[in-house]
Amino acid sequence: MELIERMLNGDKRACARLISIVENNAKESEEVIRKIYKHTGNAHIIGITGPPGAGKSTLTDKLVKLLRKQDKTVGIIAVDPTSPYTGGAILGDRIRMNDHALDPGVFIRSMGTRGYLGGLAKATRNAMKILDAFGCDYIIIETVGVGQSEVDIVKAADTVVMVMVPGLGDDIQSIKAGIMEIGDIFAVNKSDLFGAQRTATEINMMLDLDQNMGRRPPVVMVTASKNENIDKLYHEIEKQYSYMKVEGILEERRKLNLKRELVELVEEELRKVVLRESDNNGEIENASNKLLNKETDPFTERDLLLKKII
Amino acid sequence: MSKPIRVLVAKPGLDGHDRGAKMIARALRDAGMEVIYTGLRQTPEQIVAAAIQEDVDVIGMSILSGAHNHLFPKIIKLLKEQNAEDILVIGGGVIPEDDIPALLEGGIAAIFTPGTPTTDTVKFIKENVK
Repeated sequence: MELIERMLNGDKRACARLISIVENNAKESEEVIRKIYKHTGNAHIIGITGPPGAGKSTLTDKLVKLLRKQDKTVGIIAVDPTSPYTGGAILGDRIRMNDHALDPGVFIRSMGTRGYLGGLAKATRNAMKILDAFGCDYIIIETVGVGQSEVDIVKAADTVVMVMVPGLGDDIQSIKAGIMEIGDIFAVNKSDLFGAQRTATEINMMLDLDQNMGRRPPVVMVTASKNENIDKLYHEIEKQYSYMKVEGILEERRKLNLKRELVELVEEELRKVVLRESDNNGEIENASNKLLNKETDPFTERDLLLKKII
Repeated sequence: MSKPIRVLVAKPGLDGHDRGAKMIARALRDAGMEVIYTGLRQTPEQIVAAAIQEDVDVIGMSILSGAHNHLFPKIIKLLKEQNAEDILVIGGGVIPEDDIPALLEGGIAAIFTPGTPTTDTVKFIKENVK
């Protein structure tokens, strides 16, 4: 594929086209990933997640500035929600990153979730592989604004930065399961606002409760809009990354994520095959009628369907 | 997987009135398109760079400052330089009738002046994106 050659040689338009392919076309997407996979694995993948309006885009913008000062190339995938009603989306993360639009060392791509619920889009991981092969030293993935349980970013990133802001609830919120468990680093943004210190204290107390943690996540107070303490945050990101590298955790984490990805791919394909087969023969329809009339139960029917196909 | 139309909505130049741009962004969203909104005060260079990285089908620009005769042709020229003239470029805002023929001649696909129903813009995009 000519586009791949061009992308590997640093052509931004080709890179953009390939990302569209992995977003839009399942068959071609497979082709692309097969060919570029051996070129991936060199970038440090940083996930930036947190609730809507926490300042993820602004923080990303400032981090990119810092990375560029050190001459590191950066790819950014910024995910925003797709409408469940129309399939349309307003992708607005770029507004905060316009300073980098003309920088040849930065590639920014906005992505709609297109019905995917874990905080990323279905194509995010593949787009990440393209930016990795493109040669980005760092890839920053900015999730949609998350609530309590959108944790897919852990399956994609090496390092997860959880961006919190003051005023989102009491200390019980911080010991709940879900997104509070996934941060390698916590950034309390808008730390010039009232209550920021308290938010940081609550997160610290929550983290101190956990005895079985490998490395206790640091909590950094930042004010991204004023570019305050971004260097501290960056320092913590680097510290975490080298810790993971030295302890072999990075490799372990990447392997686990690849395993998850592979299992998902198998599941997806299997589901397609099973549904296609049983749909063709009208078996799902028949079973549904039997279920409606209480002639059978869902688990018996499941076993019957699977037995026929596999 | 069906491919949604991707549109970059941008405000080139120095006027700070983005209500029209937001309205059209919202209308395109509701028509099932993916709208990349880049905000105020963009240079033509920034807009073209963003359009290429985002691999959009359409660039929609709103200009209310009177600088349309400078900014629109600049965008077309930059797109050509990048071999990206396949991207459909449309404009909106306060553009005098007399200026429109030359802009269309210069490669802008359509100009939508105040009062145009958003449905017209949606229809135009859907019919003209390859």
